[in-house]
Amino acid sequence: MGAFWLLAPSLVGFSIFYLIPFGQSILGSFEDRLGGGLTFSNYKELLLSSSFQKAASNTFLFTAISVPILVAISLLLALFLNQRVFLRNWLRTAYVLPLVVPVASIVLVWQILFDWNGAINAVMQHFGLDRRDWMKSEWAGFVIILVYIWKNIGYNVILFLAGLQNIPGQYYEIADLEGAGPVRKLFGITLIYLTPTTFLVVLMSVLNSFKVFRETYLVAGPYPHDRIYMMQHYMNNMFLSLDIQKVSAAAVLMALCIMALVFILFRTERMFRSFME
Amino acid sequence: MIKGWGAPLLRSLLLIPIAGLLLLPVVLTVVNSLMTKREINANYGMLGKTDTSFFVNLKWIPDWVSFQQYKEVLISSPQFLHLFWNSVYMVVPIIVGQTIVATLAAFAFGKLRFRGREALFLIYLMTMLMPFQVTLVPNYLMADRLGLLNHPSSIILPGVFGAFGVFLLRQFMLHIHSSFIEAAKMDGAGIMRILVSIALPMVKPGIAALVVLLFVDYWNMVEQPLIFLQDAAMQPLSVFLSRIQEDQLGVSFAVSVVYMMPMVLLFLSAERYFIEGIQLSGVKG
Repeated sequence: MGAFWLLAPSLVGFSIFYLIPFGQSILGSFEDRLGGGLTFSNYKELLLSSSFQKAASNTFLFTAISVPILVAISLLLALFLNQRVFLRNWLRTAYVLPLVVPVASIVLVWQILFDWNGAINAVMQHFGLDRRDWMKSEWAGFVIILVYIWKNIGYNVILFLAGLQNIPGQYYEIADLEGAGPVRKLFGITLIYLTPTTFLVVLMSVLNSFKVFRETYLVAGPYPHDRIYMMQHYMNNMFLSLDIQKVSAAAVLMALCIMALVFILFRTERMFRSFME
Repeated sequence: MIKGWGAPLLRSLLLIPIAGLLLLPVVLTVVNSLMTKREINANYGMLGKTDTSFFVNLKWIPDWVSFQQYKEVLISSPQFLHLFWNSVYMVVPIIVGQTIVATLAAFAFGKLRFRGREALFLIYLMTMLMPFQVTLVPNYLMADRLGLLNHPSSIILPGVFGAFGVFLLRQFMLHIHSSFIEAAKMDGAGIMRILVSIALPMVKPGIAALVVLLFVDYWNMVEQPLIFLQDAAMQPLSVFLSRIQEDQLGVSFAVSVVYMMPMVLLFLSAERYFIEGIQLSGVKG
């Protein structure tokens, strides 16, 4: 009985604000806008719409490219930071700080750097290279990846450091006795025992990759360059035009994709674990 | 003895410039906030214009350290403080509310047995993993039905009942050894008593981490206010900052600094908990 009373406030609110309306929006996604009845037409329209296709493929591409880069860089930094380094605590603070800096506070700096008259272009011209309109060209995707890495690197480094500290020192001592070199130790011990952490890092990086919308929106507005028009832009714009059925359908599809992804990640991790034992 | 500190030195020489690069946007904002309006306009007046051949002038040391921009933000134009207050007004209730609601639920999920516990927790977890845009639809439908649209509570209430706090604090509850709870039960303590006098002191770092992480997330919010609040006077500072016009370039740096200060100070003072919180949330799945 005690459990019920402790859970009640959360469960009631959670049901009212998430569960029930989510069920409602699943139903809504099958609703016929003209008459009653259930239909797949919302999904069909959605999948055929070129802006949806653009948004979905951009989002997919962004996640597929930026997550591996981010994970690799943060793993590398964590490996370094886990060894003897000067100013280690200061460095860690510096890496994590971008996470807590409000996006809005930094938007101006991105403009200063990536504007047509911006600092990067000034440097480019100094070296005799052509300037480019970073946010309004194919390069916009590159800028967004940079912003994403800037923001999330500290979070991942912290997670990796925790994972590294959890690997028992004896493993390395045994490997030393057997005469294993640093490369062998890295691949044979570190990376293997880091698998659960890596799994979590990838998962969080994927989720955080969806949050890059904030930066994109603040820098480039609701209709940015085609290259960085993401699912979140699409859904925001659908929302503002009050096309609830279509937004619901898009939300259901997005939820399904996330669930599939989480499922695959869990499966891969379990496979790795059984392989380890 | 070069071998002794050679490698750490090399590593540091690689890591320190990276840290500098990561801090660059913050430092640049702070430095610019200390320049006069005239200097800012001279340096950045060409932003957003395509017809000029002038580049921005990145300057690391102001000609003249001036608090002119701060004076304008904090004293001359009350609208900024009003928007800052809007942010506080939404974020504080979310943090307080979610922390209380989630502590209770996390204790139940982490330390009590009841039917359907695992399945229910999985649902919470799934909701937490959904990107904001997915939960936005349900949030919107419910806010609309309850007549909360264009009112801060349309943002506060879903925030209070968010699943993240339940997930994070449950991780900490799992670390509490059950024997403590068994012993307290033997002594006849009720559940509330156990929660308050045994669990709460042990999950303190978790609560600190949750407070910081929620603050980070909601102080940053852009999507929710954009959709739920039509009234510009209700928007938090985060949304307003994005709409700063060229003629307000001068004050915007000071506003940016004022806006990041509470976050940065909280982070620096609670860094240990914050980092421990993130790490513990990852150690045990």
